[in-house]
Amino acid sequence: MAWFKKHKEQKTEKKVKIPEGLWVKCDNCKEIIYKKEIEKNLHVCPKCDYHFRISLLERIGFLVEPGSFESIDDDLLSNDPLKFNDSIPYAKRLESNKGKTSMNDAALYGTALINSRPVCIAGIDFSFMGGSMGSVVGEKITRAAELAAEKNLPLITITSSGGARMQEGMFSLMQMAKASAAIGRLKDSGCLYISILSDPTFGGVTASFAMLGDIIIAEPKSLIGFAGQRVIEQTIKQQLPDNFQRSEFLMEHGMIDLIASRKEMKSTVYTLISHFMPEPVES
Amino acid sequence: MNYYLDFEKPLEELERKIEDLKKLSDTSEINIDSEIKKLEKKADELRSNIFADLTPWQKTLIARHPERPYTIDYINMMVDEFVELHGDRRFADDAAIVGGIGKLRGIPVVIIGHQKGRGTKERIQRNFGQPNPEGYRKALRLMKLAERFKKPIVTFIDTPGAYPGIGAEERGQAEAIAINLQEMSKLNTPIISVVIGEGGSGGALALSVADRLFMLEHSVYSVISPEGCAAILWKRDGAAVGAAEYEKAASALKITAQDLKSFKIIDDIIPEPLGGAHRNPKLTAENISEYIVKAIETIGCKSCAKLIDERYKRLRKMGSITQSETSE
Repeated sequence: MAWFKKHKEQKTEKKVKIPEGLWVKCDNCKEIIYKKEIEKNLHVCPKCDYHFRISLLERIGFLVEPGSFESIDDDLLSNDPLKFNDSIPYAKRLESNKGKTSMNDAALYGTALINSRPVCIAGIDFSFMGGSMGSVVGEKITRAAELAAEKNLPLITITSSGGARMQEGMFSLMQMAKASAAIGRLKDSGCLYISILSDPTFGGVTASFAMLGDIIIAEPKSLIGFAGQRVIEQTIKQQLPDNFQRSEFLMEHGMIDLIASRKEMKSTVYTLISHFMPEPVES
Repeated sequence: MNYYLDFEKPLEELERKIEDLKKLSDTSEINIDSEIKKLEKKADELRSNIFADLTPWQKTLIARHPERPYTIDYINMMVDEFVELHGDRRFADDAAIVGGIGKLRGIPVVIIGHQKGRGTKERIQRNFGQPNPEGYRKALRLMKLAERFKKPIVTFIDTPGAYPGIGAEERGQAEAIAINLQEMSKLNTPIISVVIGEGGSGGALALSVADRLFMLEHSVYSVISPEGCAAILWKRDGAAVGAAEYEKAASALKITAQDLKSFKIIDDIIPEPLGGAHRNPKLTAENISEYIVKAIETIGCKSCAKLIDERYKRLRKMGSITQSETSE
């Protein structure tokens, strides 16, 4: 099949016009794949196992029973405390992101069922301002942790974020402390906290609740770290190792418990919950 | 010889002139004392004019002033019988964070702070005050020790940020910071934090989850450096960014002690001598001691449960959000 492979590589390098929406090029292996095939495969490349970036609602959808997710406090809004204005005022940026994502900010939280097990779930969507954490995101993660503690539910977070939201200045930074304190309380109350890291999770999100999971699970090949790669390269003036800050790199360095593919995520999470926090038998 | 920042140049000229005149008056017979006094008065006025109207970017430069006192300078001035303690017991001793125990006006306290280092050699040794994970882990070890022996914790914040390096990522920079945030929120002993220079993002926050958070008058605390912010916002298409953009970014980010006091993110501002902390380190140290001791006295009498509860409530209030009336 050598001749066939070669031929194909040449073909992908040429700029072929692909009919909109029917075919997708994998960000990782650059293969052109039929879109339906990817969708059927939970947005995972069937050729190289690359996990495409998907919306938070899709992620929650793959994890919990259909229709069981009930979102809470959707009407939380940022006050734009700094009246931040660069090329576009922050208030306008928020509006356009709301339109683009039909979310009010980058995070959602609520309750859901995994199999029949009630859980508390929270997450960040990368498509809303790079999943950055401002006051609303911090508040939602905090409320999720408080709700889980109050109702004695396991908490699951799913993150995809560039870090703290610059446009809210120190208010954003303080969300890291607030959310981490709430996670601390949740753990003391005896609840299990599972943190799922997906591509990419960085900065103030990694350096707060995301790395505080009792159990930390990453999707394969996700980029996860504290500092961004460009910043590190500029600082150390060296090329970075190949798999640097990928899930597998974190695993090798003892920073995460597991790498689980999208397909096995639900059963993995469910099994862990049923071991650590089995539902009380009703009497 | 003092080190002058760009906006202090008029002051530099005047003060040089005063120095020259003083030398002259020592050697010559002519009495020019009154002339010197006049010039000194003028210099004082000029200095208070310059310092009354500092822009946030100028404050950033003062916060990073090479002669500004660092953690160890303050410890030497404020703390008696100080014993520095080293190492995280896991990997290394990070020189970018120093810590130990000593007596502050007679009160035994555990003191921990970022340390930038003076002069090229020490700066490199201290990694310019940018900690690696082991620095944060050492800090937490000392804080837990303080908790066990019921000693108040004092932290000094002065860092450009946690170090962005390969080793730092390998050893879990994010985890080290996160754990400190979580654990500091529930430590059973009072924590007082003072931003003495530069509060650089998560690397600063990891030592400043506190019952009282103070900032020196000309210190800054920010989620991102003005340079970093300017690069993200205006460096598109390879355009160069410089002082003008840093000014804009520093103003937009609201990073000064005065801004953060008005946002209630910090509790109070500790005054600096005219011209900045480096103009009179001793006086600055005394001001800091005053605020710390007062805070320890007010917090110290609270029961542990109440202390932790109030600390949580402080954190819980952080944020600026609205929720429409229709919900709940």
